[in-house]
Amino acid sequence: MTTRIDTRFAELAKQGRSAFVTFLMAGDPDPATSLEIIKALPKSGADVIEIGMPFTDPMADGPSIQAAGLRALKAGMTLKKTLELVRGFRKDDNATPIVLMGYYNPIYIYGVDKFLVDAKSAGVDGLIIVDLPPEEDNELCLPAMKAGLNFIRLATPTTDDKRLPAVLANTSGFVYYVSITGITGAAAADTTAVSEAVARIKRHTKLPVCVGFGIRTPETARAIASHANGAVVGTALVDALKNSLDAEGRATGKTVNAVAELTAALAQGVKGAQQAAE
Amino acid sequence: MNIAKPNSYRSGPDDRGHFGNFGGRFVAETLMPLILDLDKAYTEAKADPAFQAEMNGYLKNYVGRPSPLYFAERLTEHLGGAKIYLKREELNHTGSHKVNNVLGQIMLARRMGKKRIIAETGAGQHGVATATLCARFGLECVVYMGAVDVERQQPNVIRMEMLGAKVMPVQSGTRTLKDAMNEALRDWVTNVHNTFYCIGTVAGPHPYPTLVRDFQSIIGNETKAQMQEIEGRLPDSLVACIGGGSNAMGLFHPFLDDPSVEIFGVEAAGHGLTQLHAASIAGGRPGVLHGNRTYLLMDADGQIQDAHSISAGLDYPGIGPEHSWLHEVGRVNYLSATDDEALAAFQLLSKLEGIIPALEPAHAIAKVMELAPKRPRDHLMVVNLSGRGDKDVPQVGDILRGKK
Repeated sequence: MTTRIDTRFAELAKQGRSAFVTFLMAGDPDPATSLEIIKALPKSGADVIEIGMPFTDPMADGPSIQAAGLRALKAGMTLKKTLELVRGFRKDDNATPIVLMGYYNPIYIYGVDKFLVDAKSAGVDGLIIVDLPPEEDNELCLPAMKAGLNFIRLATPTTDDKRLPAVLANTSGFVYYVSITGITGAAAADTTAVSEAVARIKRHTKLPVCVGFGIRTPETARAIASHANGAVVGTALVDALKNSLDAEGRATGKTVNAVAELTAALAQGVKGAQQAAE
Repeated sequence: MNIAKPNSYRSGPDDRGHFGNFGGRFVAETLMPLILDLDKAYTEAKADPAFQAEMNGYLKNYVGRPSPLYFAERLTEHLGGAKIYLKREELNHTGSHKVNNVLGQIMLARRMGKKRIIAETGAGQHGVATATLCARFGLECVVYMGAVDVERQQPNVIRMEMLGAKVMPVQSGTRTLKDAMNEALRDWVTNVHNTFYCIGTVAGPHPYPTLVRDFQSIIGNETKAQMQEIEGRLPDSLVACIGGGSNAMGLFHPFLDDPSVEIFGVEAAGHGLTQLHAASIAGGRPGVLHGNRTYLLMDADGQIQDAHSISAGLDYPGIGPEHSWLHEVGRVNYLSATDDEALAAFQLLSKLEGIIPALEPAHAIAKVMELAPKRPRDHLMVVNLSGRGDKDVPQVGDILRGKK
């Protein structure tokens, strides 16, 4: 079965360029502004959209994304509303892939079967669940595949050649390579090491490999994108959003543009890599 | 719910770390290889007589084990029922049961060649034990502690610093134990190559709940032998307080297959079960946090809720997965005690026995005050006195003088 993710990466491969993947938190800083922001992303050059599902205890995230989740929760965001956000986005855009990223507990509490049905019908294409390694595939990964959703696995610098086949076994859509050992928004990725790691993963899979964690600028995005099938930026976009808020953490007239402008600049960086790669 | 009774309550977990539906390995991929390494190292260490022999040497001469099983004569007379014995874990070096587990994990870390130790702590007892053994073995030690707990457990913060540990106040989330654990996991995911995460309770991803239980089971094993020597038989009941539940699991586990022994775990009911509390079994339901599936306090959306207890060591919105399973199969009875009940027990034990308990085991004493009078005089009840109350003296003093 082909998902929007498969279609999008196939198109990009034809064009000979890498994907620009954005991450923002659902409901940050409030549900209405969040929908406007997500809607603005494809126009600004995002090829794939990751949407964070807010959680109180995001163990793999740095301070920026932790704070984004708390802003969203404070604004009343729930998993149900995150699915409504996706549904709202799909009214105008039936091509851009949407990947939900987060932690397992809210999905477990929502009910796995119900969640998969609702996510699919809302227009979600894939899931990245940080705290579900292959050892727990029965929980959500296998049911998600059956439901026609991609389950996108994280591979990390600690995932050695011996372990990679297990990590890749039930992965579909793309592979998300976490470029550093650490939390989101931490140190910048080392391009040489990333390029070697991507090559290593590609020896084990035909899936596209996107790289995230530590990419903040158009320059880094370009450098990374020339060695991978996609570059993911999250914290820098979340920071741009946060810097546009008023003193009480509410959206201002600048909020949507602040995210759209940085998205456009980063997308230019990734497109620059296209020429480098050709 | 219909749950089949197992042949043994002591055979878990399975090789993927499940106690029935609970436990597991819900961690980020970065940590998964480390957890598999730890599992392998622990399996090898368990089978190595030299590891056990070295540990026994330190348990005897450094920790000061065995801890006494003491007949609390005046408390027994006062309550007028069961004969109450205190398992004196508060007499261990560092003042609580925490050292039993930390010793085991530090020896594992040394076997694995790890030079940097991180830990989370609530009341500071686990942090102090970790700082102590890191000092003893010359290891770098970083302890994450919620900023709220740093404030209310100052004596332990000072102790950790004197022992050479770096205490990192955690400002995220609710600034208590769960946030300290999040922050420790963030450190671990960043410093995977040289760092050993020394978890303080029977929670976290497999194999932590098992290895912490095994290191703490010395409490129950000693109790069994000591009671045999003193009374010539098994005790009739066991009582212990539960935050994550390591002192309780250590006492309970060796007795799980002795059907005549009634077992009671006591959670922290805080201001009461209809208000802010920390009783995951009484007031929560199964969910996934910190690497395992277990009973958790959360809202309808699966967001983790704030716990509250007067005792920093019980102030956690979850419980070890093996406890969740023992609750579901009905082997252990889980009760709860409020802040006020614990305070009353704290004072009663101090005045009747000359033993100032930590606020954590004061919750267990509070339920002994209810259970003991209803039992006959030949009923042998063991309560785990898991820590001493020195750390709580300033806080309780303020409360009793009406300052807080």
